[in-house]
Amino acid sequence: MNKMYALAIGLLLFISCGKDKTNAGEDFSKSSSSESSTESSATDASTYDPKRGEGKFTSVDLGDGLDVAMAANGEKVAGVKCMSCHKLTDERLVGPGWKGVTERRTPEWIMNFSTNPDPMIDKDPELQAQLELCLVRMPNQALTDDEARHILEYMRQNDGVK
Amino acid sequence: MKTNFLKITSAVVFVAAFMGSCKPKNTSDTVSGDAAQKAYVAPGKYDEFYNFVSGGFSGQLSVYGLPSGRLFRVIPVFSVDPEKGWGYSEETKPMLNTSHGFVPWDDLHHTEMSQTNGEIDGRWVFGNANNTPRIARIDLKTFKTAEIIELPNSGGNHSSPFITENTEYVVAGTRFSVPGDYENGDVPINTYKDNYKGHISFVKVGKEGEMDIAFQIMTPGVNFDLSHAGKGKSHGWFFFSCYNTEQANTLLEVNASQKDKDFIMAVNWKKAEEYVKAGKGKKQKVRYAHNTWDDATHSAKSEIKTEVLVLDASELKDICYMIPCPKSPHGCDVDPTGEYIVGSGKLAALIPVFSYDKLQTAIKNKSFEGDYGGIPVVKYEAALHGEVQKPGLGPLHTEFDGKGNAYTTFFVSSEVVKWDIKSLKVLDRVPTYYSVGHLCIPGGDSKKPFGKYLVAYNKITKDRYLPTGPELCQSAQIYDISGDKMQLILDFPTIGEPHYAQAAPADLIRNNGQYKFYKLEENKHPYAAKGEKEAKVVREGNKVHVYMTSMRSHFAPDNIEGVFLGDEVYFHVTNLEQDWDVPHGFAVKGADNGELLIMPGETTTLKWVPDRVGTFPFYCTDFCSALHQEMQGYIRVSPKGSNVPLQFSLGTNLPASK
Repeated sequence: MNKMYALAIGLLLFISCGKDKTNAGEDFSKSSSSESSTESSATDASTYDPKRGEGKFTSVDLGDGLDVAMAANGEKVAGVKCMSCHKLTDERLVGPGWKGVTERRTPEWIMNFSTNPDPMIDKDPELQAQLELCLVRMPNQALTDDEARHILEYMRQNDGVK
Repeated sequence: MKTNFLKITSAVVFVAAFMGSCKPKNTSDTVSGDAAQKAYVAPGKYDEFYNFVSGGFSGQLSVYGLPSGRLFRVIPVFSVDPEKGWGYSEETKPMLNTSHGFVPWDDLHHTEMSQTNGEIDGRWVFGNANNTPRIARIDLKTFKTAEIIELPNSGGNHSSPFITENTEYVVAGTRFSVPGDYENGDVPINTYKDNYKGHISFVKVGKEGEMDIAFQIMTPGVNFDLSHAGKGKSHGWFFFSCYNTEQANTLLEVNASQKDKDFIMAVNWKKAEEYVKAGKGKKQKVRYAHNTWDDATHSAKSEIKTEVLVLDASELKDICYMIPCPKSPHGCDVDPTGEYIVGSGKLAALIPVFSYDKLQTAIKNKSFEGDYGGIPVVKYEAALHGEVQKPGLGPLHTEFDGKGNAYTTFFVSSEVVKWDIKSLKVLDRVPTYYSVGHLCIPGGDSKKPFGKYLVAYNKITKDRYLPTGPELCQSAQIYDISGDKMQLILDFPTIGEPHYAQAAPADLIRNNGQYKFYKLEENKHPYAAKGEKEAKVVREGNKVHVYMTSMRSHFAPDNIEGVFLGDEVYFHVTNLEQDWDVPHGFAVKGADNGELLIMPGETTTLKWVPDRVGTFPFYCTDFCSALHQEMQGYIRVSPKGSNVPLQFSLGTNLPASK
């Protein structure tokens, strides 16, 4: 009987603080890469902006033409972190080919997705459709902000921006 | 714990464990209603403390959460570990090198966390190899063994790896005295008294943790058991328990238990430092290995060193002092203030508590009762604060809660006893199941204990869990010690045989700059392939180096031909993932040298010597994605001298047309 009583108290306590979202800690409390992740992130799907995506980038200044130096560095970084799964053509390897991506997506969306893939895969209807085809969630490759920007420039170069 | 000791006391244990009159019949008598709540950590929530527990004869270090008792990780240290590739990959093999060559299995006995100003600082855990004497340093950012140093002139490194309050030194006292490595060891065993010596090593710990034997102190031949550094006012001193002061060389369970008192040896290491500076040490020729891990090259290197500096305690009179301590002392524990030194004579029925201040006065006044092999013996009463009377049977080890209380384990009477350090009065006692060895209170041997939980590590398990044949897991028990009375809240099974353990607040470790993965741009492995464009196969004579990459969910290259019987193939696999918790595995059929597990951003090498002509599949062993089952490849082995050209590819080796 003692045990039942304890359990009841335990349950009561548990319920009373069930809504409490104080997590034990920082980024170590978040799940970020689990394939079966169902944890809801900062915003829910109803406030998701499919044009901008979700992440730290709200506006990206593309400048007039192509920044050749940035594109060259983007090519280098992509060679290490991206090209195992993406081709420069429109052909799918593990993930979709990059040809035309800068015409289909806003620069903000591309940089948010490349740096913050998991929450976006959970919310973006088109990414969810893509996942049904590819079956592999795009991994977070720990790109710095600069690297993400340089890869965007490399994608623009690939799409013919001069 | 000594096996001998287990034998001699096992009879008593049985009687004690089943006596009944002083023991509750089952756990329902001792577990009160809210125990489950106190040990319960809800799904997705974190524990309050990390618990670093020695794996004993497993040679490894296990990491648990408190108060849940959940196992998080087994860190390979002194033994090969197939789960993590430790001792199998070419990069990790040098970590297990010694002056005796590659030692695949040792006995990790005690753990000690690094401290700053006497408080646990969350940087490293040290562990000692008892058999082939060594000390390891485990990095708590990577939870990986970063360094191992061997100890010359030692036989059984038991009195280790205890540290000074700023981690200036980690010590190693030899359990078995032996002739020094620099002397002729080919002497009759019954000349122990003349030819055997004790050596205590003071290993300097650098800013980045790098270990170096600063000096050794040579003592008469005895067995050193445990030790602890002074702290606060006693900083500068170190205390070592010793037994077999009878200097027996056979049937120690009888012959080393003759005297009423053995010793706690007090070492003035600041004085020893002065003698080193003054050139009083002798350089001796020895051989020992020093192995270091490099996080940039993901590789270890092993170096053999050939010299050690030895100070002779019988010549340099004011380094060491012997304090008589009843009956083969085991634990030698210093309270958080640094004033009280608790000796636990494992065959005694009382606990002597020594006073640092009184010891200093006794030394000043030369209150000596003689000498032991040239080392002054302080009068027992002159150094004694007092004795805890009738605490229990077979005291082993004491830790502190920072509130003026001490907690001592009793092996023979299977209990933990709480007592007041100043008044020496027994305050509370709880049974353990069964025959407790060491205990651990988070920070319990530092200046700042977190006196909330106490974990008892028991030597005998018997009926605590469902039976699993002749071999049972070891059993640990967690007590809530926040109130006046200790309360048992949980049993949990442990790996190997835990001896000592340490625990620290979770925040101290998880906020210390934990690695989530290795950055590819910082990967300096000579055979790294950073990106698939660097994936290749290179032949150098009969050595074939495969620069391979892994990414969810393929290897590059995944078709390799032109390898011949007689070749040595080195698969250098770089995991291109840059995300937390995405290792890849690598296994190739017929490999007699294990498999690989490669962390994100890491490069790891498997040596494979094919033993027959044929086609061999390789694959990823760590489930990585929905297409994990597709993560595979083939390597073709042709007869020596055949004309198959060396070729490798990914995705381009299309089906041959007829």
